[in-house]
Amino acid sequence: MAASTTLHEPADALPASAVELHRALTSVQEELEAVDWYNQRSLATTDAELSAILAHHRDEEKEHAVMLLEWIRRRDPKFDEHMRTYLFTEASITEVEREAEHEGGSEAGTGSLQLGSLREEIDR
Amino acid sequence: MSHLRRELAPISARAWEVVDEEAARALRSFLAARKLVDVTGPLGWEHSSVNLGSVHTLGASPRVGVEAKLRDVIPMLEFRSPFTLTCAELDAIDRGSQSPDLTAVVEAARSAAFAEDATIFNGFAGANVPGIIDASPHKAVPIDDDYEEFPGAVARAVATLREAGVDGPYGVALGPRCYTGVIETTQKGGYPVLEQLRLITGGPLTWAPVIEGSVVLSVRGGDFELTLGDDFGVGFAAVSSTDVDLYIEESIAFRAHTPEAAVSLTYQT
Repeated sequence: MAASTTLHEPADALPASAVELHRALTSVQEELEAVDWYNQRSLATTDAELSAILAHHRDEEKEHAVMLLEWIRRRDPKFDEHMRTYLFTEASITEVEREAEHEGGSEAGTGSLQLGSLREEIDR
Repeated sequence: MSHLRRELAPISARAWEVVDEEAARALRSFLAARKLVDVTGPLGWEHSSVNLGSVHTLGASPRVGVEAKLRDVIPMLEFRSPFTLTCAELDAIDRGSQSPDLTAVVEAARSAAFAEDATIFNGFAGANVPGIIDASPHKAVPIDDDYEEFPGAVARAVATLREAGVDGPYGVALGPRCYTGVIETTQKGGYPVLEQLRLITGGPLTWAPVIEGSVVLSVRGGDFELTLGDDFGVGFAAVSSTDVDLYIEESIAFRAHTPEAAVSLTYQT
C-alpha cells in the first residue's frame, strides 16, 4: 500500500529533503500502480469506448511517473548515475551492467565527487 | 572508459576512496558560491554549452536573399588542478595508514575551489564570464575595519536590494578580512556582529576567500546559476616509478540572470 503520509522514521529526525524525496517516491509508486490498474482494466473490458478511455488514462499516468522520476534524478546523484548508465541503451541490460562495473569502477569508482549544491535549507 | 581515466591508474580501490574523500572534504570547506547560488546539473562531461535562447544576425550569408543568424551560447569552462602523490604514500594507505600525507590533494582542492569561486564572484575575463561583483549595477557600499559598523553596511546593501525589487532572504559572502573582523567583534551591549548579520539577512553567511570585501546577494533563487557539466572529480594523468600524477577537474558555466540581485561591500582603505 502506498504510504503517502507515512514516514518510516520520526519527521523531526529527517531533513526536509528526505521528506520531499519520500513524497516523490511515494507518488511514483502510486502512479505506477495506476498504470497497472488502468492497463488491466482496459484489456479486460468488453466495451471498446471504455477500453480507449482507460488506455488514455493509463498513458497519462506514465507521463506523471516519468515527470516524477526526472524530479528525483535532478536531486539524487545515484539515481542520476544509474539512469545515465541504463536508460536509452541498446545493448543487453546485464551487459551494460557488466561494462559499468568494469569501467566505472568497482576498483576506480566513477570519479565524480558529487558535491552539487552546498546551499543549506533556509527557513522562510 | 571515462575521461578521468581512473582505471588506468595504479591505485587501489581503498586508496581511491581515501583520495576522493579528502578531495571532497576540502572542496566542501573551501567552496563558497555553491552555498549561495543556484546549482544546475551535473549534465555530463559531454555537455558543451548552455543555451541562452538568443541569436545575433551575421553580416554575411552564404546565399543572397538568406539571412544568417548565429545562436548565442555560453561554452562550458573546464578547470583542471593537477597534483602528485608518491607511490610510497599510496602504498602506505593500502597498508592501513591512518595519517597519509594528502597535502597535495588539499592544495589542489583549494586551487580548484578558488578558481570556481573567483569566476563566480569576480568574473573571468579570459573566458568572457562576468562575475556577480562586476555585473552588479549598484554602487558599492563602503566599509572599513570598524566592524561594529559592519551590520549597518549590510543593512544598507539589503535596503538597496529591496529598493530594486529584489526580495530575500539574503546571503553574505564574507572575504577573509571581513570574516575575521566580523567573528572577532561584538557590538556595544555584547551582541555578536555575526548574529546581528543573521537577523538582518535571514540567509547564509559564508567565508569566501577569493573576495576582497564582501557581497550581499539574494538567495531567493533564480538570480544566479552555476551549471555543472561534470561535477568535481579526481582523474589520472600519468605514472612514473615514484609518483602518480592526478588532477581535480570540473566543467562549469555561470550566469547572472539578475545582476541587480547583489551589492558589493568594498574597503575604502
